Amino acid sequence: MSKHVAVVGAGIAGIEAASILNAMGHSITLIEKNEILGGHINHWHQLFPNRRQGRDLLEKLYEKMDDSIQVQYGKEITSIKPFSGKFIVTAADGWVTNADAVLMATGFDLFDAHKKEEYGYGIYDHVITSADLEEIFIQGEGLNPRLGKDPQRIGFIHCVGSRDEKAGNIYCSKVCCITAVKQAIEIKELYPSVEVYCFYMDLRMFGRHYEELYQEAQEKHNIQFIRGRLSEASENKQGGVVVKVEDTLLGKPLKLTLDLLVLMSGMVAPVAVTNMRDKLGLAKVDDGFLKPVDPHTQANLSELPGFFMAGTATGPKTITDTLTDARSAALEIDRFLKEII
Amino acid sequence: MQDSASRFGYFVSPDRQIDFDRNNHEVASKVAAAEPGLNWCISCGTCAATCTAAKFTDFSLRRIILQVKRGELKGLAREAQKCMLCGKCQLVCPRGISTRNLILQINRVLQSENL
Ligand code: SF4
Ligand code: SF4
Ligand code: SF4
Repeated sequence: MSKHVAVVGAGIAGIEAASILNAMGHSITLIEKNEILGGHINHWHQLFPNRRQGRDLLEKLYEKMDDSIQVQYGKEITSIKPFSGKFIVTAADGWVTNADAVLMATGFDLFDAHKKEEYGYGIYDHVITSADLEEIFIQGEGLNPRLGKDPQRIGFIHCVGSRDEKAGNIYCSKVCCITAVKQAIEIKELYPSVEVYCFYMDLRMFGRHYEELYQEAQEKHNIQFIRGRLSEASENKQGGVVVKVEDTLLGKPLKLTLDLLVLMSGMVAPVAVTNMRDKLGLAKVDDGFLKPVDPHTQANLSELPGFFMAGTATGPKTITDTLTDARSAALEIDRFLKEII
Repeated sequence: MQDSASRFGYFVSPDRQIDFDRNNHEVASKVAAAEPGLNWCISCGTCAATCTAAKFTDFSLRRIILQVKRGELKGLAREAQKCMLCGKCQLVCPRGISTRNLILQINRVLQSENL
């Protein structure tokens, strides 16, 4: 008899793991809280480092999905309980399923930029987040509807809600440096004469071809990188956003006025998942993410046999890393299910 | 002295802030047009680490490049002339910038703008 796996979250990690486990002959229920598959990628116009469309990636993943995977939409999981070698998985609307194994592919939430009040999100009209900018790219109408004119100067603020004790998150969100570079280039392609500034603490171009994209941003698009963290933003009479940083490489405070400020919102652990972790008595990390038993060799395993995790549920990851992690989780789950026969 | 006395020992500190909106960005765009390497610099400081002029004075090619990019031009023409064009920096720059040409162009533009 085939074993049943409940995959919680139908973002890219959940979809990838579900496809593989299904192909291995297990019976899969893919549980999604929204009404559509694909998670955050639905709202991402282009992906780094090769600028492919977010849509395109999702379609690739959907192609691999077999119809025998049961998908449950609109199910927000509120409780997962171990019960005589199985798990009882319950949703907010009362829906219940039993599973031999659970995969937490629960992903991340975007940091709520309102919390960095001094940056003016939700207060000044011309302060938006990186996610808002992707939405603007998807709409395809450019920035003019928002600004009422062609922009002349745009600034990107790195590490918003990441690497920040004040925001409660000391970790690096990993994807926002390269996303800022990608978005800056997209802006330059849309408005070639616009001046673009990236304000950073450290530039983390660790991935394959990230450094090349950074170099392209400098060489081909004249995007300027200023090392300094934003202290505060304010609005001038004309609706421009005045930012103050220290240009730490020159050792002097710097002030400039922008037409649009883009905040690179980081990743945070979804509160509901952190609560579930604590209710199950699983190991805690110094943040809300799930903690694997061993960060190198058992990155998808918890202390609870049968309870697995993949993707950004365990912390910020790129798409490439998320998909690799999902496949490795599928292998671990397959091994576990064979052992319990 | 007298001035200082009439101020009871107080004085006004000059504003150190880089006023990017008001600063001169013409020089940067002229230099970049002649030597695009201006925009590739990552401020790593390898040039200044190897530079003989930097060893004995506070001359720094890294800082000069950054000052041009920020439009912080006060005193820069004099500073930039301290370079001896020996080319050691060019051997070490990780971004492959033609640093000698860059400093030549910085000097040329600063002089032609009478700065
Ligand atoms: S990836 Fe870059 S912007 Fe994002 S948190 Fe890390 S250092 Fe900051
Ligand atoms: S060329 Fe000028 S800046 Fe470069 S090492 Fe020689 S003196 Fe220093
Ligand atoms: S060595 Fe090259 S990249 Fe580094 S600071 Fe000097 S000019 Fe810039």
